[in-house]
Amino acid sequence: MALAEIKQSKSLQIVLDGIWRDHPVSSMVLGICSALAVSNTVANAIAMGAGVAFVLVATAILISGLRNIIPRRVRMITYMIVIASFVIIVDRFLKAYFPDISESIGPYVGLIITNCIIMGRAEAFYSQNNMFHSVLDSLSNGFSYTYTLVAIAIVRELLGFGTLLGFQVMPEAFPKWVVISMAPGAFFVLSLFIWLTRTLAKVESD
Amino acid sequence: MTINLLMIFIAAVLTQNIALTYLLGMCPFISLSKSLRTASGMGFAVIFVITLTALINWPIYNYILVPLHSELIYYIVFIIVIAGTVQLVEMIMEKFFPVLQAAFGIFLPLITVNCTVLAVSLFMVIRDYTYLQSVVFAFGASVGWILAIVIVAAINEKLALVGDIPKGMRGPGIVMTIAGILSLAFLGFAGMVNV
Repeated sequence: MALAEIKQSKSLQIVLDGIWRDHPVSSMVLGICSALAVSNTVANAIAMGAGVAFVLVATAILISGLRNIIPRRVRMITYMIVIASFVIIVDRFLKAYFPDISESIGPYVGLIITNCIIMGRAEAFYSQNNMFHSVLDSLSNGFSYTYTLVAIAIVRELLGFGTLLGFQVMPEAFPKWVVISMAPGAFFVLSLFIWLTRTLAKVESD
Repeated sequence: MTINLLMIFIAAVLTQNIALTYLLGMCPFISLSKSLRTASGMGFAVIFVITLTALINWPIYNYILVPLHSELIYYIVFIIVIAGTVQLVEMIMEKFFPVLQAAFGIFLPLITVNCTVLAVSLFMVIRDYTYLQSVVFAFGASVGWILAIVIVAAINEKLALVGDIPKGMRGPGIVMTIAGILSLAFLGFAGMVNV
């Protein structure tokens, strides 16, 4: 296939939109509750990102597969039940295999249900597109959500605890900047992240 | 007992503010904090719905799910209760209180995806609150949330008049920064009560 042809294919557009152009966190500002709350350590961020990505992919498969059967009037509640069921799976999985992480992100796993990214994509994309494109879209959105969380978490864990994934990185003498690992730090780091990506992507402010 | 309830209320409003300490309900924060008027309209709808869903979810969890050993599905049950309550409140208001409906009717459907509502019900279960404590906590948490969103909206409104904000920072970026500074200020309340 010629390069120009690939550039214009719908699949590539979907992936690019998800990863950069319509970046869920910085350009559409969706799902930031959890982006703020669980990005204090890299391990939490990876667990949360993977959880959201799993729920996104599973929801994409189910919703796009059933999109012609679900009546329009009850579609919202249907999406919610589908999402909630997969979130229960994620919650059980974390409790069984990663009890420490499950303990530290606690109720935020359940809050994946109200993560607007999943609901938003289900309503805007999966209910109107075929399964292949939906899965591509969910993968690219899940991936960009995860890398955003991890990027914020790297900054916060490094400055807040002096570690990365639990390993000591900064020298012992480094004074721990505790406030960065607390709520105010989450706001500041995320606002800087949004500033940076919006400036780079030249997103027009609304 | 009353002191205990008062402590829970103060903790929920100030020391453990649901928006500024637990970082919840941020999506409407960004979209509604452009004007003070909209923010307070949304705020009152949120107080109403959060308190009501806590009132309904507590007995459902403790008297139906626990005896049946089906705590596993409480996410699904809670989210259905929330969506149902919002719909019901909307219908009741439309029929009996058209004035109220006109005032904050448009915010009601948005509340279903406001994570504060689900979070309050989840916290209530995790912390093993009694019925009365749950209701006080739910009311306190929603008052705390409206307090935070109203302050941020007010600052944002003033800032839009005088500030020369960098382009990439406008909109969500600056709201996050304001919320961060406010969150720092609210840290000052920490240690006031321990729950």
